[in-house]
Amino acid sequence: MIEKTVSELARALSTGSVSSVELTQAFIDRITSIDTQQNSYITVDEETALRQARQADDARSRGTDTLLLGIPIAHKDLFCTQGTKTTCGSKMLKDFVSPYDATVVARLKDSGAVTLGKTNCDEFAMGSSTENSFFGPTRNPWGQNRVPGGSSGGSASAVAAGLCAMATGTDTGGSIRQPASFCGVTGLKPTYGRVSRWGMIAYASSLDVGGPLAKTAHDAAIMLNAIAGHDPKDSTSVSISTEDYTQSLDAPLTNLRIGLPRQYFSKDLDPRVATIIQETARDLEKLGATLVDIDLQKSTLSLPAYYVIAPAEASTNLSRYDGVRYGYRCDDPLDLEDMYTRSRTEGFGNEVKRRIMIGTYALCAGYYDAYYKKAQKIRRLVKQDFDNAFQNVDVILSPTSPFTAFELGAKKDPVSMYLEDVYTLGVNLAGIPGISVPAGFIDGLPIGAQLIAPDFKEGLLLNIAHQYQQNSDWHKQKPSISKGVK
Amino acid sequence: MALDEKNIKDIAHLARLKIEENEVAESLADFSSILSMINEMQTVNTENIVPLSNPHEQTQKLRKDVVTESNDREKLLNLAPRATDGLFLVPRVID
Amino acid sequence: MAWETVIGLEVHVQLSTKSKLFSGSDIKFGAEPNTQANIFDLALPGTLPVFNESVLKMAVKFGLAINAKINKKSVFDRKNYFYPDLPKGYQVSQLDHPTVGPGSLKIKLDNGAEKKININRAHIEEDAGKSLHEDYQGMSGIDLNRAGTPLLEIVSEPDLRSAEEAVLFLKKLHSVIRYLDISDAIMAEGSMRCDANISVRKVGEIELGTRTEIKNINSFRFVERAINHEVRRQIELIEDGADIAQETRLYDSELDETRPMRSKEIANDYRYFPEPDLLPIIIDDTYIDAVRDELPELPEEKKQRFISQLKLNEYDAGVLVTNREIADFFEEIAIATQDSKAAANWVSQDMMALLNKNNCTILETPISAERLSSLIMRIKDGTISGKIAKRVFEFMVSDSSSVDSIIKEKGLEQVSDTNVIDQLVDDVIAKNQSQVEQYRAGKEQVIGFLVGQCMQQSKGKANPSQVNALLREKMR
Repeated sequence: MIEKTVSELARALSTGSVSSVELTQAFIDRITSIDTQQNSYITVDEETALRQARQADDARSRGTDTLLLGIPIAHKDLFCTQGTKTTCGSKMLKDFVSPYDATVVARLKDSGAVTLGKTNCDEFAMGSSTENSFFGPTRNPWGQNRVPGGSSGGSASAVAAGLCAMATGTDTGGSIRQPASFCGVTGLKPTYGRVSRWGMIAYASSLDVGGPLAKTAHDAAIMLNAIAGHDPKDSTSVSISTEDYTQSLDAPLTNLRIGLPRQYFSKDLDPRVATIIQETARDLEKLGATLVDIDLQKSTLSLPAYYVIAPAEASTNLSRYDGVRYGYRCDDPLDLEDMYTRSRTEGFGNEVKRRIMIGTYALCAGYYDAYYKKAQKIRRLVKQDFDNAFQNVDVILSPTSPFTAFELGAKKDPVSMYLEDVYTLGVNLAGIPGISVPAGFIDGLPIGAQLIAPDFKEGLLLNIAHQYQQNSDWHKQKPSISKGVK
Repeated sequence: MALDEKNIKDIAHLARLKIEENEVAESLADFSSILSMINEMQTVNTENIVPLSNPHEQTQKLRKDVVTESNDREKLLNLAPRATDGLFLVPRVID
Repeated sequence: MAWETVIGLEVHVQLSTKSKLFSGSDIKFGAEPNTQANIFDLALPGTLPVFNESVLKMAVKFGLAINAKINKKSVFDRKNYFYPDLPKGYQVSQLDHPTVGPGSLKIKLDNGAEKKININRAHIEEDAGKSLHEDYQGMSGIDLNRAGTPLLEIVSEPDLRSAEEAVLFLKKLHSVIRYLDISDAIMAEGSMRCDANISVRKVGEIELGTRTEIKNINSFRFVERAINHEVRRQIELIEDGADIAQETRLYDSELDETRPMRSKEIANDYRYFPEPDLLPIIIDDTYIDAVRDELPELPEEKKQRFISQLKLNEYDAGVLVTNREIADFFEEIAIATQDSKAAANWVSQDMMALLNKNNCTILETPISAERLSSLIMRIKDGTISGKIAKRVFEFMVSDSSSVDSIIKEKGLEQVSDTNVIDQLVDDVIAKNQSQVEQYRAGKEQVIGFLVGQCMQQSKGKANPSQVNALLREKMR
C-alpha cells in the first residue's frame, strides 16, 4: 500500500479499502524498520500523526471526501509546525518548538493531510548532500553509502523509500530538484512567490520557495493545489490567481517547443548524463514536441552571483539566532559579547558559518558594489537570458545535476560541492519554476531531467512531466530497500 | 582583493562568530577559493544594468492598521533560554 | 577667539498608529513588559514583515507639511548590528530611498527674523526594544514591547547655529507633528527623541569641524543644556590643542555632562542592503493628492488667517498657533464672543499661566472654551468688570458651576446703581481731601488713585467708568 501514489491512495481511502489510521501506521512501521539506518527523519511524531489520521477517518465517515484527506506526508524540518520540533537541521534550534504553523503546513493540514514528521536537511538548507545536518547525514535509498542530495535530502529519500506518501521541500538553489534527481523522485520548484514563505525558515529570502517532492508529477500537482496561492502574511507572495494544476496534466504536447541550452551540454558534462537527457528530449519529441537548440550565455555567471546573493541574505537572516529569545545559548557566558559569539559559534555548523562569513564580507561597506550590487546586476542578466530564451521556446530541458548521487564524504572542498547546483541556481535567480523528473539510471543510481518554464507556468511543467511519466517508467523504479515490502 | 588573516577575524567578529587560532589559516584558504570562484563576476561588464532584488519586481502591499495579536507572553517566554518577571535575560548590557 | 557652532538634529518620532510597523501587535504606552511582543516582534524563525498602511500615510502627511519632495518609490533596507533589544539582528530602515525627501521648516529667531532650516529627509524605520539595567539575577532584562513600533526619523541639515536655534526648530517640529496628529511627540515618554550632531569652527571658516553625536536627550530643556555643554567641551579641547574625536556621546542630565558611549567603541559596519522580505513602496500622485486633501490647517496658515480674519497682531497669532488645541480653543471663544482681541488676551495670558501652573494641557483644564466665552460675555455686557473677571476666573478653576452662578453666589456683580456709586464717590472725596486739592490744582493723574480708592472700597464691584465720570464731575 505505501508504494502507491497519492492519487491511488486517495482512491483507496475514498473507497474504504484502507483507513487513514491503517495507512499512517503502515508508514510509521516502515519508518521504524528502516529509518534508523536511512535517517530521513529528524522527528517522527507518531502520536500527532495517528491523531490526525483518526480525525481524517472521522471526517470521512461524516462525508468529507477530499484528495488529501488522511494522506500521510512529511515536512522538511525548515517548515514551522506548531507543537512539533522544528530544527532546521541545526544545533541552534535542536529543541525549538514553534508556537505557530507555516502557511504551507496549515494549508496541507486544512486539506486533511496527516503529518508523519519532519525530514532531515542540510542545516538551514545550506548544502547539496544533507551531510550538513546536526542530526547526521541521510542515506540515499539507492545506495547506502551515497548521499540523497540536498538540502531537501530527507524529504526526497523519504518519498523514494516509501517513508511517506509525499513531502514538502524548499528550493533556494536546487534544494528540491537536485535531491529529487539523486533519489529518483519528482520535485517541483514553483515560481518565487507562488508558495508562501510564512513559517518557512529563511535561508535566502529572495530565492527561497517551498514545493513538493512526490512519486509522480500528478501527486506534485495535488500538493501544489493545496499550498499555492497568495498569503497576506508574506509580502513577497504574489496575488496572481492559481489554477487547478491537475486539470492540465493530460494536455497533448503537440506545438510544444523545448529548448536545449548548448551551454548546459558542454564537453565537461558526463557523457552518460548528456545521453540520458538527450534521450528524454527525443522521448518528448515523440510525444509531439519540437526540439530547439538555444543559448543561455549568462548561465556560467549564475554560480558566482548565487554565492554572493544567497550568503549575503543568509548572513543577516541568521542574525536572529543570538541566544536571547529562543534556541541555543552557550553555557555560562562571561558577558554579552561572549554570549553572542559562543552561542553562534557553538550553535551553527561549519557550512552555515562559512556562508555567513562570505555574506557578511559581501555586504561590507567597501565591498558592497563589487559583490552584492554586482551580483544583483548579474541576476538581472541571468533573468534576461531566460526571458530571451522563452521568446523562442515554451520550456527548457537540461540535466538537473551534472552527477548521480555521490558517496558520503566525497566532496570535502566547498567549491566542488557548490558546483553540484550549476544547472539549478539560475532558475532561482530568475525566480522561474523548474521541475526534476526521473529520466534514467547510471550504474543503478537515478538521474533526473530538469524542465524550466516562464513565471507561473507550473501547470505546463507538470503537464509535460506527467505526459513523460505516462510514457516512461523511470519514476516507477523502486530502490532495493523497498523491495519485498507489501 | 586579497584577504589576510586579520580580515577573516574582522569578518568573524562582525558576524559574532569565533574562529580559533588554529582554524584561521584553513578558513582563509576556504574563503579565498570561494572568492576566486565569485570573482568570475568581475569579468562581466554590468554598466547601466539595474540591480535586481526581487525576481518579480512587484510592489509592496499594505496591511490595514489593526491590532491582530494578543498577549502571548507566557508561551513565548517559555522558548527563552533565560527569562524572569516577564523579561528575557541576558548578561549585563552596557550603553 | 570667536567660535561658530554647527548643529544638525536627528529627531525620532514614534508614529501614533494602532499597530506596529510590520506586525499586528499593539503599541500602547506603558504596557507590562513583553505583553505587546509577538512572534514577528520576537523575530521567531519563519516570521515575515507586512507594511502598515497608516505609517505610509503619516510619513507622506509629514512630508507635505514641510513642503518636502515625496518620493514615489521608497525602499526598505536592513541595517545590521547585534544588540539584545534588536531581535532580528537588523533594523529595517530606509537608506537610499526614504519616503520623504528634502523639505524645510521656518523658525522665528528672538530678534524677530525668520530662518529657514532645511530638512534633508524623513525616513520610516523600526524602533528597538528596551534593555532594563536593573539587576535581574545579575543580568539585564529585555522588554520587546517597543520593538517594531513605527518611527519617522527626521534629519535636519547642519543649519542650526546655536542651542537656542536647535530648541526653536525642535519646538516648531513638535508643533507641526502635533497639528498633523501623527505622534504624541512627548519627549519625556520617548515618543519624540532627539540626537544632536555638533561641531564647532572658527568664525569665517568654511570647513566643518569634527562632529560628535549626542544621544539620549529627552526634554527641550536638556537639548539646550546638552548642546551648550558639548560646545563648551569641544571649544576647550581645541583651545587646549587637542583633537575632537568623532564619536557618539550620551547626555547625562543629572550630571549635566556628555560622555562617550561604551557600546559604540568598536566601529560598526552596518552592512545596509535592500530588505528582501519587503518590496519597494510605490505611490502615485493620486495617493499623494488624497493625503494632501486630508491635511489639517498648519500653524503658519492658521497664523496668517488669525491675522487677516480675526485681526490679531502678529505676536498674539504666533503664540496662539504654537499648539493646535490651544489655537482651536482660542478660535472657539473668538467666534462665540465675537471679540477676538479679548479671546486672545484671555487665552494667551490667563489660560497659558494656568496651564503652566498646573502643568497640564488645554484639554485637561477645568475651564472649557464655553465657560471662558461666557466669562468674557459678562465683561462685555457690564455684569462684571475686567478686574472682577480675573477673580471669577480663579473661582472657575475649582468650581465647575456656571460663570453666572459663580458671579451670583460670590456677589461679584458690578455695581452700576447711581445712588450707590454717588455715595461711594462722596465718601472717597471726603476722606482724601489733599488728593482732591492736587487734582483741582491740575494734577490730572491723581484721578487714578481716587478711582482705585473707590474700587477698593467697593471690593472691585463698582463700575469703574461710572466712578471715573462721577469723580471728575464732583471735583470740577
